[in-house]
Amino acid sequence: MSGRHLLGITDLGVDGIDEVMRLADTFVEVGRRPIPRVPALRGKTVVSTFFEDSTRTRLSFEAAAKRLSADVMTFTGSSSSLNKGESLRDTVLTIAAMGADAFVVRHGCAGVPAQVAGWLDQAGGASVLNAGDGAHEHPTQALLDCFTISREREARFGARPARPGVLRGLRVAIVGDIRHSRVARSNVLAFSALGAEISLVAPATLLPPSLAGWPVEVSHDIDALLPKCDVVYLLRLQNERMTEQFLPTLREYTATYGLTAERARLLGPSTIVMHPGPIRRGIEIAAEVADSPVSVITTQVANGVAVRMAVLYLLLGSGAPIGA
Amino acid sequence: MGQRERALVSPPGGAFRGRVVVMDVGDVQRALWRIAHEVLEHNRGAGELVLVGLQTGGVWIAKALAEVIGPVAGAPVPVGSLDVAYYRDDIGLRPVLPVAATEIPVDLDGAMVVLCDDVLFTGRTVRAALNALCDLGRPAAVQLAVMVDRGHRELPIRPDFVGKNLPTRRGEMVDVSPDGVMLGEMVETGPAAEGPAAEWQVGE
Repeated sequence: MSGRHLLGITDLGVDGIDEVMRLADTFVEVGRRPIPRVPALRGKTVVSTFFEDSTRTRLSFEAAAKRLSADVMTFTGSSSSLNKGESLRDTVLTIAAMGADAFVVRHGCAGVPAQVAGWLDQAGGASVLNAGDGAHEHPTQALLDCFTISREREARFGARPARPGVLRGLRVAIVGDIRHSRVARSNVLAFSALGAEISLVAPATLLPPSLAGWPVEVSHDIDALLPKCDVVYLLRLQNERMTEQFLPTLREYTATYGLTAERARLLGPSTIVMHPGPIRRGIEIAAEVADSPVSVITTQVANGVAVRMAVLYLLLGSGAPIGA
Repeated sequence: MGQRERALVSPPGGAFRGRVVVMDVGDVQRALWRIAHEVLEHNRGAGELVLVGLQTGGVWIAKALAEVIGPVAGAPVPVGSLDVAYYRDDIGLRPVLPVAATEIPVDLDGAMVVLCDDVLFTGRTVRAALNALCDLGRPAAVQLAVMVDRGHRELPIRPDFVGKNLPTRRGEMVDVSPDGVMLGEMVETGPAAEGPAAEWQVGE
């Protein structure tokens, strides 16, 4: 993070991702204390500005900021003066005028966090953390996913992470609605930066229009891939972003690409199953698989707080120049 | 000054240049033996004792004290490490990053905690450590053991066990390691500097 903002994974580079994971380790320890809070960001104000629905990302960022002793202000697009016709720019500058050190921004349109960062650079200079913009990026999700893979492989199989490049040689399959997924974009960038081999598994209609330059293989046969993968990363079908018919039926998607209980038997002994949430049981993942030991979905959520503490501390507190 | 303090204070590209050997390897070992026995005497044994080293310079001191106290007391003494980066009062004034996760292997409620560090200077690190300890539990008492007390306190903090009282000037640096204690200063080592830093080369 050479700059003040975290807009995408490329802002960090391999060393930056590595530094976030190193600090996240220390914040996992903080989270286990009787009083899971440190005074590191006392006097700083973090505003969560969500123009799109969210449960875990917003709460996770707010918990992270509070555990760093920052003050938290919450803005929700649907109950704001945007409904009275105020522009996004005026809304942001209004909040900035109240004194904010960081904006956590989620928006349905790609590029909004970068736009907000541009306005703030000319108005006091608060940091922007991208919490998901359209189908572009969701960098903190990718960071917590890298962190979860590294820690889970160490905890389950005694695989000591060699840093940097902790995912070197791992085979990751990302399965599902890649086309509409900002999580997939950030994860492809982060996983490949750390050395993983990535396969995208999806029906052709749910792949991006072009994959030129992506460091990935494409497959339409999940059954062939499952036994070879170290990580199976499932994505939700984003119906709210689907403007046309991408699938014949949900049942056909589940039959062809869903991680059903029968398919889960194909998984290797050292495979973990991940999902950024929210999961839809019975569609991309069967309920019994989501609740089985191969699933680390709730661990991802738990690690999310520590990773977001690391990112907030690096941007607002550390004063250390790191990253790309 | 130990590795941690030096990393925080040093200008980018600076290096420590030793001038005077204050304690040699034998002096350091004898100081550790004496402090270990003082800790035992002061606490009337090793019951409830927990040694907590401050990252990074105090960790080896806590371990070394435990190696002496354990056999004398007849039972191993728990040793922990504490990184106080997130509790420092100079966050935002200079780069502050933790070096390692805090590791305290036992419950601190009711424990007799001996904080261990290499150099006691302004007392601000110890202040941060006291606040951190309060978030980890409620020790029955907290004591402070340091290898070198170099003065210049900025807070009302005093050590309980001291290896050596060393009067210094503010701009000087103290380097503590198991091999000895050296007084010197930081020197700029820009691209124009000649040769490698003369660490542990100059003595009296």
